[in-house]
Amino acid sequence: MASETSVSAASGAHGDGLPPEGERRRDFLYVATGAFAAVGAAAVVVPLVNQMNPSADVLALASIDLDLTPIQPGQAIVASWRGKPIFARQLTPQEIATANAVDIKTLRDPQTLAERTKPGNEKWLITLGVCTHLGCVPLGAREGENRGDYGGYYCPCHGSQYDIAGRIRGGPAPKNLEVPTYAFKSPTSVTIG
Amino acid sequence: MIRLGALGVGLLFVITLLWGVIQPREAVAPDPVKALHKHPQEIEWTTNGVFGKFDRKQMQRGFQVYKEICSACHSIHRVAFRDLAALGFSAPEIKAIAAGYDIATIDDKTGEPTTRKGLPADKFPLIYPNEIAARAAQNGALPPDLSLITKAREDGPNYVHSLITGYADAPANWKVPDGLYYNPYFRSLNVAMPPPLAADDQITYVDGTKATKDQMARDVATFLTWTAEPKLEARKETGVAAIAFLLILTALGYLSYRKVWADVKRKPAAV
Amino acid sequence: MSFPWAKHYQPTSEFGKYMDSRLPLPRFIYGALGAGYPTPKNLNYFYNFGVLAGVALVIQIITGVVLGMHYAANTGIAFDSVEHIMRDVNSGWMIRYMHAVGASFFFAVVYVHIFRGLYYGSYKPPREVLWLLGLVIFLLMMATAFMGYVLVWGQMSFWGATVITNLFSAVPIVGEAIHTWLLGGFAPDNATLNRFFSLHYLLPFIIFGVIILHVWALHIPGSNNPTGVDVKGPQDTVPFHPYYTAKDFFGLGVYLTLFSVFVFFLPNALGEVDNYVPANPLSTPTHIVPEWYLLPFYAILKAFTTDFLLVKAKLWGVIAMLAAIVLLFFLPWLDTSPVRSNRYRPLNRIFFWIFVADCLVLGYCGGQLAVEPWVRIGQLAAAYYFAHFLIIIPLIARFEKTLPLPNSISESVLAKYGKPPASGSAGTLGGTAPQPAE
Repeated sequence: MASETSVSAASGAHGDGLPPEGERRRDFLYVATGAFAAVGAAAVVVPLVNQMNPSADVLALASIDLDLTPIQPGQAIVASWRGKPIFARQLTPQEIATANAVDIKTLRDPQTLAERTKPGNEKWLITLGVCTHLGCVPLGAREGENRGDYGGYYCPCHGSQYDIAGRIRGGPAPKNLEVPTYAFKSPTSVTIG
Repeated sequence: MIRLGALGVGLLFVITLLWGVIQPREAVAPDPVKALHKHPQEIEWTTNGVFGKFDRKQMQRGFQVYKEICSACHSIHRVAFRDLAALGFSAPEIKAIAAGYDIATIDDKTGEPTTRKGLPADKFPLIYPNEIAARAAQNGALPPDLSLITKAREDGPNYVHSLITGYADAPANWKVPDGLYYNPYFRSLNVAMPPPLAADDQITYVDGTKATKDQMARDVATFLTWTAEPKLEARKETGVAAIAFLLILTALGYLSYRKVWADVKRKPAAV
Repeated sequence: MSFPWAKHYQPTSEFGKYMDSRLPLPRFIYGALGAGYPTPKNLNYFYNFGVLAGVALVIQIITGVVLGMHYAANTGIAFDSVEHIMRDVNSGWMIRYMHAVGASFFFAVVYVHIFRGLYYGSYKPPREVLWLLGLVIFLLMMATAFMGYVLVWGQMSFWGATVITNLFSAVPIVGEAIHTWLLGGFAPDNATLNRFFSLHYLLPFIIFGVIILHVWALHIPGSNNPTGVDVKGPQDTVPFHPYYTAKDFFGLGVYLTLFSVFVFFLPNALGEVDNYVPANPLSTPTHIVPEWYLLPFYAILKAFTTDFLLVKAKLWGVIAMLAAIVLLFFLPWLDTSPVRSNRYRPLNRIFFWIFVADCLVLGYCGGQLAVEPWVRIGQLAAAYYFAHFLIIIPLIARFEKTLPLPNSISESVLAKYGKPPASGSAGTLGGTAPQPAE
């Protein structure tokens, strides 16, 4: 590889045996050779970098089907999607009312519950179980876990508080819990991703 | 001193080897397998050559042959259903093909082993869970996984074609053990696999091609060439581009080299 | 470095001056591969192969590090992870084929490099240490290649590992203990695979280190040349850069083109089909052979078929195979002829070519099953191998009448280009030397 750079640099060098005549620096041939070598080196770098991107088998697992039937009102389940936890929660009517009663102008990341759910399926709140601060898994999806001051999720790493709609209400996290791309296949099952 | 020692060591090795050379050899009976074994017939595959490509229709037919005949005993466990897109199948078709297979999983309530319908991301399931199960079911023989077979046998595609069309009656001087079949293309001549292609039109091709034995053999060999080397087309295309580029770069390099050396090599122009 | 007329590095920029008084790396490169290294001006294309070997190692390290990101050194999934690279990893097929073909090409280049050294007497004083370091690199390469081949965990990987590690069990008394220690068990298994992966990753960097010593040792006396005559003055040399960088660049282009032909169109031509069958400890392939570059040594191992002088045939084979490499370390003291280049050694030149042919015959026999006539031919070829180095070379060095040497490199160059030589007939002597298409 050293020779590649040195040939392109050859244009400027005058070896002992070189006659002084001729301005080699601008010699088209050397420039063309050097340019070609540079293009070739760049073409080799692309696959060497791209190999670190997700492989075909990883990409093939990018979407999953989730059955919602086992989730009772007021409860949540944890599923796995792309190697990350998914929280799927069935809200009770009171919880929906609580969430809608919040004045969203006071929120750090203003969103209504309706914006975070699918039309006609407001009771199904599906979010990533990944704190938007530094990626820990918040508590609150399983029975008996600390759900924080706002009754939603509580991240034990740095104390972020999420409300029942998964919106950030306190602590260092900047954003609401992310809602993944999903679609209802039937009233009780969704395809995520 | 070193040279004297070397002479001694050298003579020791040479004498030992020459002693080995003059040892009488036991007479070896000519191996009858060698006389009867045949090399696969050479076929002009579409994948041959610098610009070789797969014939999508032929691969689909080959897949049909595999599914309807070979898959009774042979898995293609390294291939995923999603890979079938390379054969020209659409996403819904692949989904339907995958759904036709049962994939081992665990029940997410009880944790018990169970099965579910296949998804495009799954691989073709194994037919036997392990070698012992395969041998138990196959009279002691082990049907190999076919994913890599065309790379795991000398002259792979030709071999597959010749093997499955090459069953013959054993010559008088050759004894075929019970339960085995004579095939001059098989290494030991006695193969446990019954002739898979019994007759023309054993299957009905979806695309209406006449399913002769030779056609089915060619199609399935093409399919298995793909299962073994799915990136064959990308490889050859990249190769053509890379070599074209390198030839130009080398030519430029040669001209630069001559130019750099021009003043050192003041020599007759004729050289 | 060692020639008084070598140009000295002159930093041109402020930053260059700053660095030069703190970490003079540019100065080091300048003296090693730049204009500061005066090189004989008559080097032919066979002298390209040193730089090519360096490039081959860099290709192996880069592709190898990348493969290591996807490979899993566990007997349960090693083969699967290789197939995962071939099928699912982005460009994985290309990177793996480059690594596999690259190993073969590395050896091919190094073999040309070694035979070039043998032909032009590059192992002779004052370059003995250079030669010894080269042999160390060669040994490390063989170990690295062998362990890398095992990582695939195909049939040939497994049985190759079985056969090669079994060599150690030929050692009297402690052999079995060494064998078990090497494997971490009684047959190649997970422990073996893991340690081989670890060492296969480590050794190339050690090779890289020894290469730095090799190049250092080269720069003290400077490069040998096809006449074998010492450099006498500035008229005999050109600066390495741009003259040999340009020539090496061209050589590299040819090399990479040929490399691409194999990577993209014949990727499995140099491999064994059996290695596409996952390892099965209960079933041996009909014919176990190493990769082509180890076949001559494998032939020597197999050539010893009879017990002799109370030593078992198996031990003879192991000792001989080891000796076949170790004797190369003694070559500078076995060949005492004061003339380096075979251009001026008519008798030695004949035996050199016989030796080349002998190596090819050994390689062919190494790949054959143990049947006649290949066993006898292999035994004779192995006998010649030892006779060549241990008997013939010392004798020739003593009795050969060499041809007159040119007075200097530049005189020889002038003669080559048709001008009347100043003295002697050096111009016609290079006739049978491997002439590059210059």
